[in-house]
Formats: sequence, C-alpha cells, structure tokens
Amino acid sequence: MSWLSAPIDAVAWVFQGGAVYVFALMAVACAVAVVVSQNVVRMAFWLILSLAATAGLFFSLNADFVGAAQLLIYVGGTLVLLIFGVMLTASGPFLQIRSRPGEMVLGGVVGLLLLGVLLSSAISVDWGNRGPRSAGTTVGVGFNDPASGNTTRELGMKFLGANPKDLGSNRSTLSPGFLLPFEIVSVHLLVVLIGAAYLARTKRRRDVSAPPAT
Amino acid sequence: MSTVLAAASIAELLAQYIDSTWAYALTALIHAALVLGFFGVAPLVYIWLERKVAGRIQDRLGPTRVGGKFGWLQTLADGVKLIQKEDLCPEAADRMLFRVSPYLVFVASFAAFLVLPWADGWIAQDLDIGIFFILAIMSLEVMGVIFAGYSSGSKWSLFGGMREAAQVVSYEIPMAICALVPVTALGTLSMAEISRMQSGSILNWMVLHDPFCFIAFFVYFTVATASVKRAPFDLAEAESELVAGFHTEYSGIRWSYFFMAEYASMFAVSGIATALFLGGWNSGIGLEQAILDPLRARGGAGFLIANVIAASIFISKGCLLVFVQMWVRWTLPRLRIDQVMTTCLKYLLPISCFLFLGITVWPLAIHRFTGRTTLLDSVNVMGSELGAPKANQAFRPELVPVQKESAARPAATEPAAAVERKVEDEQAGQAPAAAQEGQVQS
Repeated sequence: MSWLSAPIDAVAWVFQGGAVYVFALMAVACAVAVVVSQNVVRMAFWLILSLAATAGLFFSLNADFVGAAQLLIYVGGTLVLLIFGVMLTASGPFLQIRSRPGEMVLGGVVGLLLLGVLLSSAISVDWGNRGPRSAGTTVGVGFNDPASGNTTRELGMKFLGANPKDLGSNRSTLSPGFLLPFEIVSVHLLVVLIGAAYLARTKRRRDVSAPPAT
Repeated sequence: MSTVLAAASIAELLAQYIDSTWAYALTALIHAALVLGFFGVAPLVYIWLERKVAGRIQDRLGPTRVGGKFGWLQTLADGVKLIQKEDLCPEAADRMLFRVSPYLVFVASFAAFLVLPWADGWIAQDLDIGIFFILAIMSLEVMGVIFAGYSSGSKWSLFGGMREAAQVVSYEIPMAICALVPVTALGTLSMAEISRMQSGSILNWMVLHDPFCFIAFFVYFTVATASVKRAPFDLAEAESELVAGFHTEYSGIRWSYFFMAEYASMFAVSGIATALFLGGWNSGIGLEQAILDPLRARGGAGFLIANVIAASIFISKGCLLVFVQMWVRWTLPRLRIDQVMTTCLKYLLPISCFLFLGITVWPLAIHRFTGRTTLLDSVNVMGSELGAPKANQAFRPELVPVQKESAARPAATEPAAAVERKVEDEQAGQAPAAAQEGQVQS
C-alpha cells in the first residue's frame, strides 16, 4: 500500500497545520485575481473567495470567533457590493473596467507602501512559539485546545475587561474592556442607518395648488 | 483534528491496527463521508417526499411506479436523467461564473452541517460559537444565487437573483434575533451545550421555557422558511412570473445542485430550530436518563448505539419540520415581493425585537414573582444533570479577588492547599468580576 502513503501524508500534513498555507495561498491568489479581472462582478467573486480564504485561515488557527465574524461581516458585506455591481453593470459603460497607466502606477505605489508597512510589522513581532499549531509540539499563549473553546472565551473575557493573562495574579483594578466603545460604535451605526433610511426614502411631492385627489 | 465527529474513539480503534497518522486520516475521511452522505441522501428522500406531499394535498397520488411501492426510487431515476442531460451554457452568459455558482450554493449549504449537533459527542465541529457560525455561513448561500442570476445573461434570472438578494438581506436580521432569544435564555452559543441543557423532561425544551421562546420558535420557523426561499417566499423562482427565476438557464447536473442545496438547507434550518427550540437530540420523555446515559457510559458499542438512537431522534425532529415546510408550501399561495418585504420589515422584525427585549427581562420577572427560574415546574431543573458546565472544567480562570489590606493575604507559610481553599471561599463570597465571568462561561 505504498502508493497510498503520499496522499495520506498530504492529508495528515493538512490536518497538522498545513491548511494554513493552503488558505494563505488561496487568499493571495484570489486577491491577485481581483486586481487582474476587469468585470466588477467577477472582481466581487474573487474578493469573496479571498475573504473566505482569510476566514479559513482564522479557522485553521483555531480563531473561530474571528473567522465567523470575517464570514458574516466581510464576506456578507461583499454581498451589498455585489448587488451594486450587478445593478451598475448589467449593461452600459461600466461592464469592463480598464485602468489607465497612471492609475496603475499610483495604485502600485500605494500597494507597495502598504506591503512595506505590513512586512515591517510582521518582521518586528517576536513570534516565538506562536506559529501554526501542529501535533506534538507545545503551543504558546493564544492557543487553547478546542475543549476550552479555542480563542473564543479569551476574546469574550477580554471584551468584558478581564485579561486572561492577569488571572491568578494580584491586581487591584480591572481594565474597562471593550464593551463601552463597542456600544458607542453600535449606537453610531444605528444613527447612520436611520439617517440613510431618511435620506433614501421616497419623497412625496405635495402640490399645494392642485385640488386634493379624491 | 480529534473533534471530527468523536474521531477520537474511532481513530483510537483504528490506531490499534495501523499507523496512527493513517488512522487519523482514515477516520477523518470516514466522518466526512458520513456527513456528506447525509447531505446527499436527505435531498433524495425529501424530493420524493415533496412529490408525495404535493400529490396528496392536491388530491393526487404522486409518484407510484418507480421502484415498486410508493415510487420511492423516483428521485434516483430523476438523478440519472439529470446526469445524462446536456450541460448547457447560454451564449450571453459569463461562462466562468455560470459554471461556478452552483458549487458556491452547494458548499455554503454543506458547511452549515459542520456544526449541527447530531448526538452528544457527535458533532463535526463543537465550536463555542456554533450558532453564530451557522448563521454566518448560511447567509453565504445567497451569493451563489445572485451570481447565477447575473451570469446567466437572462432577464428572468437577473430578476430572480436580485429578489433573492433583497429578501435575504432583510430576513437575515429577524432570523438572527430569533436565534438569539433561546441563546439569551441559555447563555451559550455552542450547539452541543444548547442541546445538552434541554435534556430531561419535555418541559425543558426551549419552546416551552417561556412565552417569548414559544413565539420566537414560530417567528424563527417563518423566517427560516423565507431564508431557504421556500413558498410562500419563493420569489427568486416564482414559476408563474419568472419562468424559473435564477435557475432558468441551468440544466442537468448543475441545476440539480441548486435543488440538492435547497433541500439540504431546509434540513439545516430545521436542525437549527430543533437544536434551539425542540430539545435537539433529547427525546423529552426521559429516555436519556433511563436508558441512553447508562448505555453511553459503558463506552464502545454502547456509546455508538446510544448515539445512533439520539441522532435518529434529532433527524426525525428535523424531518418533521421539513414536512411542515412542504405542507405550508403546497397550502399557501405565493406572496408578492412587496408583501414579502412588508411581512419582514413591518411585522417579523419588530416582533423579534420585542421577543429579544422580553427574554432579557423575563428571568428577573419570573424569579421576582415565583421564586423559580422557569415558568413550568419541570421534573428536573434545566441543566441540573449537566453538573459543572464543560467550560469550567477545561478553562477555569483563577481570578484572585481584590484585596485591600495586605494582611488579608495568606501567609507564605500556610500550606498551598489551604491557600487555595481560602481563595475559593473568597471567590464564592464576593468578587463581582468573578461572577461576571461565570456568566460568560455558563
């Protein structure tokens, strides 16, 4: 059964942390496809795949909550983009989007600058033993086994202001957590929503001179 | 990957005979095949059932010939026919998107099955945020529908796709809020934990827990029917107006993928309803305490048998709800698109907001007036046989309470056990922060 060992090894590699690389490659490849394609709806399609692959990246790193939030907010949010894309490009001048050379240069420069920032911050972090989880190796802070809720519970505690790292040590105060900022942002969003609904509603024109309709 | 459908047990079994890496890989394949098999077989049965139900409601017989009695092989015959059909792609279509979109729908629908709790210990991924995950992933199904509508290069398809988009964007909100109602009462998002909490008497089922959950069940079921685009909310297809809506241009096996996904999603939303409101894998007549739990405790084959029984209870409940969806489909006429929107935004959304508000106040009110935490006095209190929550065993944060005076701190000479006991006593007595955490975890 030696011919079976290669695929089995591949499966085992994926389960032992290789999925991270698969998803990372997929995210990058789809992101390139977004840039290359010229049709808005196709761009949306590749964007969805890229964002979904990022969610997969989070899942394979045991960050369930972040992954699900990525699916709900980013991939779901692309839905609206997609709808606009379809509505704008079902016909007409926007069917194909071609960028001029100047725009390409400008976009390229901005992209490279962003890449520089990301790379420098990625390199400056001391990763230590926080690499992808693999079987048989001890894992560092931030990775819990699935029975203890992966990273979700720590996130929830942090949200309420209890830092899991501080537990067990004598501390006189708790940090305020993210509950208040979160609530402020959500109320803000609600205000924006109501404002948008007010602006977008159908305006009934009232003609004063005309006799009332019967 | 030991969480795969209790992979641990079967993997250990296999590991006795073969290399452990192979055992894990094989186990993963077996379990993936089981879930995929259910995902494939359930639509097969449901499509047959749909025809029978439709036939009976319209005073016909439905399929009778294929496969002998009751025409039970009808779907298989249809499947063979669909595979043989030519895989057409219209001239005006965006070929790549046209070909890919059935798979998008299919994958999104299948991913929901990853967190459905079949039985205690039989859940593909027991995520702490199971219900959040399932709502997130099920909302992706609409993407495939919109892509199909757009890429077909047909007016009917585009109309169908845009209707579906409008419908899903609106119905997602009441669906999530309704799912939050039992979650608020139970205090956990994990599907397995939610099901475990409802064990024991039927009075522990969330649907009978309080009036808000009772109404939320019906609102959820209505919204879920809309979210899987079933009649009376099947505006995306609307045969009488749009030929066949978003899948007008599809034929053959790609067309059938849409339908497999639709019927599988019907079971998925019914499974969520079962887990959230109808007690999940619990029988509601105390079967668990009497038979299944002792059987499960014996391990090995006992565990397997107990879980097969529990899983069949779960699947039966899900199928019952799917049957109700079919019943509704063949009884009610299709709504107009503006009526669909009105139903959601003007009725279902305010109702679900009210229910959510109500469930947050309910425990305080009921405890104030009756001294109990539930309305009906059940045989065994909800979650009583749960013991300490699973969360606490695995991850117990040891928050040392705030100590004003240094003298209150235990001296270094005291034995470690005594110190710990003291700290625990203090934790139980005071420390609001610790209480808060307990709430988060429970």
